Amino acid sequence: MALSQDEVLAGLAEIVNEETDIDTAEVTLEKSFTDDLDIDSLSMMTIVTLAEEKFDVRIPDEKVKDLVTVGDAVSFITDAQA
Amino acid sequence: MNVVVTGLGTTSPLGGDVPSTWEAALAGRSGVRTLDNDWGETYGVPVTFAGQLAVPTSEVLRKPEMRRMDPSAQMAIVAAREAWADAGAPEVDPDRLGSVVSSGIGGVWTLLTAWDTVKERGADRVLPLTVPMLMPNSPTAYVSLEFTARAGSHSPVSACASGAEAIGMGFEMIQSGRADMVICGGTEAAIHPLPISAFASMQALSKNNDDPAGASRPYDVKRDGFVMGEGSGVVVLESEEHARARGARIRARVLGLGMTADAHHIAAPEPNGVGQTRAMQFALERAGLTPADVAHVNAHATSTPVGDMIEARGIRSLLGAHADQVLLSATKSMTGHLLGGAGALESVFTIKALEERTAPPTINVDEPDPELQVDLVRDTPRALPEGQIAAINNSFGFGGHNVALVFGTV
Repeated sequence: MALSQDEVLAGLAEIVNEETDIDTAEVTLEKSFTDDLDIDSLSMMTIVTLAEEKFDVRIPDEKVKDLVTVGDAVSFITDAQA
Repeated sequence: MNVVVTGLGTTSPLGGDVPSTWEAALAGRSGVRTLDNDWGETYGVPVTFAGQLAVPTSEVLRKPEMRRMDPSAQMAIVAAREAWADAGAPEVDPDRLGSVVSSGIGGVWTLLTAWDTVKERGADRVLPLTVPMLMPNSPTAYVSLEFTARAGSHSPVSACASGAEAIGMGFEMIQSGRADMVICGGTEAAIHPLPISAFASMQALSKNNDDPAGASRPYDVKRDGFVMGEGSGVVVLESEEHARARGARIRARVLGLGMTADAHHIAAPEPNGVGQTRAMQFALERAGLTPADVAHVNAHATSTPVGDMIEARGIRSLLGAHADQVLLSATKSMTGHLLGGAGALESVFTIKALEERTAPPTINVDEPDPELQVDLVRDTPRALPEGQIAAINNSFGFGGHNVALVFGTV
C-alpha cells in the first residue's frame, strides 16, 4: 500500500538524520538538500539509494538532479509508489 | 631535528582509551574472548575467538560517523581524537601538520559487505561511499580531514609492520622538515570470517578455542599461533622545538628507526633473523646508542612457534650479554595481534613503559621456551632503571618487512 506524503517525509527525514545528523524536525518540504541542509552530492546519492530501498521505488540517476527540495523527493516517491 | 611524543591514543581489546588499556595491561588481563557469533557453525570458521574492542566504536561515535567510515577508520578516529586531546589540542598551522595512519588489510568489512549487497540485492544497491570507505588510505584521510592536516597524509602498507612504519614515516616527516607535528599510527578491523579463515588456512592462528584468554602465549613452549585482535594506536609526534615553544608535555623521545626487508619468502620470516636484527641495529645506530642504553624491548612476538624465537635470538645477538638486563615484554599475549594496528599500539605501550618506568607483563607463559635468552617480564610488571634509558619496539610483517623503532625517556 502506498504511503501518505507525511509518512514518506518522516521516513526520508530518518534517512537524512542517520546519514548527516541533521535533526528530523529540520527536514521539511521546502528545504533544499544542498542550499539549506548542506548535503553534498555523495551523501545525496547515498540518501537516494537508501530511499529506493526503504520505499521500494526506483529513482533514476538522471532524475536525482531534479530533486532540489525535500518536497521534490517526497512528491517523486509518493507518485512512484502510487 | 629532535622528535618527541606529545600525545597518545588507543582503542583496543583492553580498553577504550590509553589509561584503561595501560591499566589492564599492567594488571595482566587478557582482552581475548570467544566471539559472540555463529561463524563456526555457519561457515566452519575454525577459530572462534579474538581480541575484539573493549568499547565498541558505536558507543563513542555518532551515527553518521559510523555509516561513513569502515570500522578500521572508526577505530583510528577514536584513537586519534584521544591522542590529539592528549597533545593539548593545539592550534597549529595546517600546512605544518601531517597524518600517517596505516592499516595492514584495509576496509575489508566494507568490501565484503558491499559484495554481499551486489549478490543479494543487486549492483544498484551498492552505496556511493563504498570506495572511500574500503580504500586502505581511508583512516589517514579521515584523520587528515578531522584535524585539517595538510603537510601530507600517508598510509604505508607493510602487513603487520604497517603501524610501526607509519610512526617511522611521521618521524621522518618531522626530521626532514616537512612537518612540525604528525598524527601517526595504525589501525585494523579484520575480525571477519574471511580473514580469520585465510589466516587459519595458512596455519598462522592459534586454534585453542577452549581457552581463548590463554591462547596468545608468546615464548611459552605450548604457543601454537597468533590470535586476531582489532583496534588502533595513535601517537602525536612533534619537533622538540615546536613542542617546547607551545609548552607541551613531552612524554618520550623518538630516537631511531630501522627498516629492512628479508627478500626471502612472501610470508615466512628469514630463519636466521638477519633482516630483523639489522633493523634493530640500524635503529640503534641512527639513535646514536649502544646496546647498553637499551633497558626494554616490546617484542613483535606473536605467539607463533617459529617467529618468536627468531626475533628473540636476534635481540640476544644484537645486545649480547646486556640482554640479561633488558626487560622483554610481549603485550600481544594480552591484546592479541592487531596486524596493521600492532606496531602502533605497542609503541603506545613502549612510550608508557618509559614514561612510568614500568615494563608491562607477558601473560600465559607457563613454561618459557628453553632457548629464550632475554629477561622476560612474566605475569606482573617490573620496574625499569632510572636515568636516560631507551626501548626498542619491533614489528615485522608478511612480505619480509622489518621495522624497529627506538624511543627514549625525556
